[in-house]
Amino acid sequence: MTTTATSHRTRPPAQPDSLRAKRLPWYAAPAIAVAALALSAVIVYGTSIGGPVLVVVLAAILYLVGLFAAANAVEGRRSARNRTWSALIHSAFVLAVLPLVSVVWTLVSKGADRLDVNFFQTSMNNIGARDANGGAYHAIVGTLEQVGIATLITVPLGVLCAIYIVEYGRGKFAFAIRFFVDVMTGIPSIVSGLFVLAFWVLIVSPWFNDGRPSFSGFAAALALSVLMLPTIVRSTEEMLRLVPAPLREGAYALGVPKWKTILRVVLPTALPGIVTGVMLAIARAAGETAPVLLVAGGGAAINTNPFENNQSSLSLFVYQQAGDASKYAPARAWTAALTLVALVLILTIAAKLLARRNRLSR
Amino acid sequence: MAKRVSASNVTAYYGGFKAIENINLTVEPKTVTALIGPSGCGKSTFLRSINRMHEVLPGARVEGSLTIDDQDIYDRDVDVTAVRRTIGMVFQRPNPFPTMSIFENVVAGLKLNGVRKKSILEDAAEKALRAANLWGEVKDRLGKPGAGLSGGQQQRLCIARTIAVEPQVVLMDEPCSALDPISTLAIEDLMFQLKDKFTIIIVTHNMQQAARVSDRTAFFSIEKTGDPGRLIEYDNTQKIFSNPSVKKTEDYITGRFG
Repeated sequence: MTTTATSHRTRPPAQPDSLRAKRLPWYAAPAIAVAALALSAVIVYGTSIGGPVLVVVLAAILYLVGLFAAANAVEGRRSARNRTWSALIHSAFVLAVLPLVSVVWTLVSKGADRLDVNFFQTSMNNIGARDANGGAYHAIVGTLEQVGIATLITVPLGVLCAIYIVEYGRGKFAFAIRFFVDVMTGIPSIVSGLFVLAFWVLIVSPWFNDGRPSFSGFAAALALSVLMLPTIVRSTEEMLRLVPAPLREGAYALGVPKWKTILRVVLPTALPGIVTGVMLAIARAAGETAPVLLVAGGGAAINTNPFENNQSSLSLFVYQQAGDASKYAPARAWTAALTLVALVLILTIAAKLLARRNRLSR
Repeated sequence: MAKRVSASNVTAYYGGFKAIENINLTVEPKTVTALIGPSGCGKSTFLRSINRMHEVLPGARVEGSLTIDDQDIYDRDVDVTAVRRTIGMVFQRPNPFPTMSIFENVVAGLKLNGVRKKSILEDAAEKALRAANLWGEVKDRLGKPGAGLSGGQQQRLCIARTIAVEPQVVLMDEPCSALDPISTLAIEDLMFQLKDKFTIIIVTHNMQQAARVSDRTAFFSIEKTGDPGRLIEYDNTQKIFSNPSVKKTEDYITGRFG
């Protein structure tokens, strides 16, 4: 039994008589937007059911409906769908960007108060609740050292691991490694902190410290490494897989050994993507508070030695200052947060420029 | 320096799938040999087994013996990289290294095999580019990316890259299938010049091309999908295209089959 629905689908669409079609005038969309906004304002304030947010939300819905109706009446169904979906996609973009802009704006406006030279030159040592100054020098040093050491540990390890998985790994062993890397991706930062606390701080560090366990920035770097490693392995793996097989074969066909092909052809081709993955891992590690609190202990004084005694970090500094009773503390927390974001941004830009240093990539 | 390539009972597998079976043929030095036949008949597989590129794919293996001047390249103590340096290969799609300049692309084979001296590299690059008929077009922009050239130029760059390591046999896997007629002509001219020095084996779907460039032609075919490819006829190109001795070859060449 053939229904009309299937029978009309099997027929090719009728040829249009003309290639021209009616179009809405250019001012139609803005006009509908203004009308939707006005109508929405009248409804919301007339019945006093909400504020400006509801006006915007309702206006957006009215705009979509109005646009579809107008386009459907003048331009036809296909064009109406096209306009509605375009509008939906644009609004999704605005919705996604809104929180980002809001965060940056909040950080800049609130962080500007203490954005002075003193903040970057002093620590919190001997700063009491009534002191307006004090700074994050010790925290910046801590973040740079901990993240730096963690990067030095994880980048070679992670990239080599990804090379193993993509280029050499066969069978169950490679599968197991991939599986455990995936599992590692989901490790909460507090768990990695606890692991380093139990393993490094309590068991290993007494050997170097006259039998007493000791917090250190290095322990924090280890905890951050546990968090960074899976991100780097997975992103590098994806990037290596994107390198076209003909490039490898081209090198093999020249008699280039496999390891050299990987080193001189495959890695350079994948480099920009690998750098992006590393930067994502660094950004994540720089923002971690819990492991640093657990294994580096924090601290108010400047400690440039990552292998001994307490160290702080910017995110830990933000956490401590935000919870501090002093009325001057929140301003310090905001500025530290701004500093952290700026630091990650600068590192990301620097890394991208370095990866592009190759004059050949466009 | 060109060498004789000789295959006896070569059978190649992809995992459990037998792609070609019992191929026997001998390619004389300084000749151009064309491999023709319908898609999936194993021409490329055979070509790739000549320089041990077949085994790059996981699960792929080759049985039988393939000798280069009486040396079996599948012997246990043979160094794969040495085989591939002796037997160069040009691929279907131009594959210049994207992170390297034109100059670096040409000398990649030398550089990655340890040649450091700049004067040697420069001489080799100019020689290879001249041999590939590309020198005039790129001599002023050797530092520019190789990927910025046109398709035909990229393919000639890949040929220059291949002959820069001075192989004795050059394999070409449909080198002109992605190129326009003018670039194709340039590469065919190139093959005429190269055969003074190299043994050339080319896979092609273009029978006019096979007739134009080759001295000998090998016709491969399969009974039906899933069967291994076999060598049906191997003879002088002239004979194959004018008076083939096997009915199947004639059917293929006249377009009645495949």
